Amino acid sequence: MGATLEIRNLHVSINGTPILKGVNLTINQGETHALMGPNGSGKSTLAYALMGHPAYTVDAGQVIFDGEEVLELEADERSRLGLFLAFQYPVAVPGVSVANFLRSAINARRKSQNPEDQGISIPQFRKLLTQKMDLLGIDHKFAGRYLNEGFSGGEKKRNEILQLATLEPRVAILDETDSGLDIDALRIVADGVNKLKGPDLGILVITHYKRMLDYLQPQYIHLMMDGRIVESGGPELAEEVETAGYKPFFEKHGVEVTEE
Amino acid sequence: MTTTTVSRRAKREIAAPPFQWSAILEHARAAGEPEWVIELRQQAWVIYESMPMPNQRDEAWRRTDYSHINWNSAGHYPVPNGATVEHIPVENRAPLIGNEQGGLIAWVDGKLVHRELNEKIAKQGVVFTDLHTAIRDHGDLVKKHLFQKALKPSEGKFAALHAAAWTHGLFIYVPRNVVVELPLHSIFYSEQTGATLGHVLIVLEEGAQATILHEYLSPEGDSHTSYIGGTELLVGRAANLRYVSLQSWGHNMYEFSHGRGHVSRDGQLDWIVGSMGSKLTKSFMQISLDEQGAWGRMSGMFFADGTQLLDHDTYQTHSAPHTTSDLLFKAALKDEAHSVWRGNIRVMPGAIKTDGFQANRNMLMSDTARADSIPGLEIEADDVRCTHAATVGQMEEEYIFYLMTRGVPRIEAERLFLNGYFWDVLERIPFEDVQNRLLADVDRKLLGMHTAKNK
Repeated sequence: MGATLEIRNLHVSINGTPILKGVNLTINQGETHALMGPNGSGKSTLAYALMGHPAYTVDAGQVIFDGEEVLELEADERSRLGLFLAFQYPVAVPGVSVANFLRSAINARRKSQNPEDQGISIPQFRKLLTQKMDLLGIDHKFAGRYLNEGFSGGEKKRNEILQLATLEPRVAILDETDSGLDIDALRIVADGVNKLKGPDLGILVITHYKRMLDYLQPQYIHLMMDGRIVESGGPELAEEVETAGYKPFFEKHGVEVTEE
Repeated sequence: MTTTTVSRRAKREIAAPPFQWSAILEHARAAGEPEWVIELRQQAWVIYESMPMPNQRDEAWRRTDYSHINWNSAGHYPVPNGATVEHIPVENRAPLIGNEQGGLIAWVDGKLVHRELNEKIAKQGVVFTDLHTAIRDHGDLVKKHLFQKALKPSEGKFAALHAAAWTHGLFIYVPRNVVVELPLHSIFYSEQTGATLGHVLIVLEEGAQATILHEYLSPEGDSHTSYIGGTELLVGRAANLRYVSLQSWGHNMYEFSHGRGHVSRDGQLDWIVGSMGSKLTKSFMQISLDEQGAWGRMSGMFFADGTQLLDHDTYQTHSAPHTTSDLLFKAALKDEAHSVWRGNIRVMPGAIKTDGFQANRNMLMSDTARADSIPGLEIEADDVRCTHAATVGQMEEEYIFYLMTRGVPRIEAERLFLNGYFWDVLERIPFEDVQNRLLADVDRKLLGMHTAKNK
C-alpha cells in the first residue's frame, strides 16, 4: 500500500501574521491533486510549511506522512522521507554542478539508511542521471552546469523536474511550476511531469492557471481562499473557476476580497 | 585622585621584536652576500630603527591588535634543524597540472631544501632560483629590481624590518617574449618557532608570460611564530603574469607582509590570494598600473575561524591613462573570527580614462564573527570610472533551505553553499587540484576541525 500525506487543521503564520487558518488535505501516493486559488490565499505558504521552511511558524495542526510526524523534522529529513518541493523560484548556486548536487542528495539518502554506505559509484550515478535526462528530453550538458546559474525560467523549472525524477519522492509539490513559462516551455515541463506520474508518485500541483491542469489531468481539484481549502472536487471545479473566476466562490464562502 | 578611562584599543604600546643589527649582519655574511646587498640591508635597518612600532592609533592598524604577539618566540631567526623537503606535505608538492613538474622550489625555515626546473623551461633562459643564488649568479639583474621600484623599506615598520633582515627569497626571471608553458611552484614552509622573512621577486620582461603558484605553509603549533614578508612582482610591457599566492599557516602564526605589483604598458597582472591560516595576518597589497593599457586584477578568498584576524589593505594605483584594475575579495567568517579589508582605488593626476573596480563580500556564519569593510576612492584625474561595492551579510537561509529540501543535511548544504560563494574567486585559480585542496580546507574549517587547535 502506498504512503499517505495527511494535513490536519494546519495553522501557519509568518512573522506573527496568520496565513494558513486550518488546512485539511489528504494526498495518497499515485494521486494527482491540484491546488488553485487567488494570490495571497496561502498556496505557496502551504508548500513551504510542508517542506519545513524556517520562516514559517506552525501554530497548530498536524502533518502525517507514512505514519511519521512531519512537522518534527528538518527539511532534509522530510526530503529523505519522500517529500519533494519543486520551487517557484529556485536559487542559483554557482560552483555546484547539477550532477554534483544530485549525487550529494542521493548519497545523503543512502547514508541516512545505512551510515556505512560509501555512496553511489560515479558510473552508476552517471547512468542514472543520463537515463533521467533522456526520459525528460534534457540535453546531457545540463548535468555539468552550475545549479540554476544563468538558467532561463524554463531551464530552472526543468531542472526542478530533473531533480524530482532523480530523487524519486513519494509525494511531490509543484509550486507554480507553470509560472513565467511560455506555452512551449510549459508543455515541455508538463510532459516531463506526466512521464513521472504513476502509482508511486503523489502530486500536489499549485497553480493559477488551468492550462497546466489541461496537461496534467489531476483527479482532484482544491480551491484555497484566505488560508483554507473552501472547496474540493473533480476536474469540473477547475472548469468552473475557468469560466466564472474566483468571484462567485468568494461570495459563496464569505471571503473578503482584499487583493487583485 | 582622578581616574582616567583608557580605551583598550588606543593606548597599547607594542614592543619591537628583539632583532639586532649584529645578528642580521652575521647572517648576511654567512650567506656570502656582497657589499651592495649588505648596504641595502643597513639602509633599511636605519629606517626600521627610526620608525615606531605601528599600533592602533595608526589608521592602517586601527582594527588590528597584534600586541599579544610573543616576540620571545616569534622574533628571532629560527635555528635550522636539518629539515628536508620531505617535511612539506606531499599533496603540496605534487605537480600542478598532469604529471609534469614545471618547476618546484621549496624552503623550510628559510633554508632552501629543493629546486627543480623543467629542462625545456631552463633552456628558454628562465631563472628560477633562490635569491642568494641569484645575487651570486645574476647580480646585476637582482640589483636592478630588489627593493627598487616596487617595495621600499620606508613603507612601514615591517617593510623596513623585512628589507633589513630578510632570510630567504624566491627569484624568478622570464626573459623577453618567453612564454613559460608549465606553471612554476614555490613553497615557503615554516616548521620551527621564530621569524622567517621571505622575499618574492618576480620579473617578467616585455612580452613574457608565466603562471606561478606560491604557497605559505606551516604545521599547527603552540608557540608564536612570525612571517614578515615582502613580494615584488614586476610585469613588463605586454607581459602577462598570473600569480597565485596561498596562505595556510598554522594558527600560531603572525604574518606581516607587503606585496607590490607593477604593470607596464599593455601588461597584465592577475593576482589571486587565498588565506585560511594564521592567528593574525596583516597584509598590504598594491597593484600599480604604471603605463597606458596596463591591467591588474586582485582576487582574494578568506575563510577565518576561531579567533583569527585576517586584515588586508589593498591599493589599486592608476598612474597612467587607459588603465584598468579590478578587485574581488570574498571572506567567510565563523566563530569569533574577524576580517578587515581596507581598499583604495587611487587615480593619479592625468590618469584619464581609467577604469577601477573593487568589490568586497563578507559572509558572517556566527553572531560573534565580525567583518570590517572599508572601500575608498582617491581620484585626482577627470574622466575616470571608478566603482566599489562592499557587503557584509549572513549565510542566506533561502539557499540552505533549497539545498536541504533535496535531502542533504544542513552541514552539507552549508558546504555546498560555501563552495558556491567562493567559486568566482576559486575559478580564477587555473589548477583543479589546487581548487580541490582549497575546498577541502574550507570543508575542514566548516566542520570545525581547526577550532580545537585555536588558541
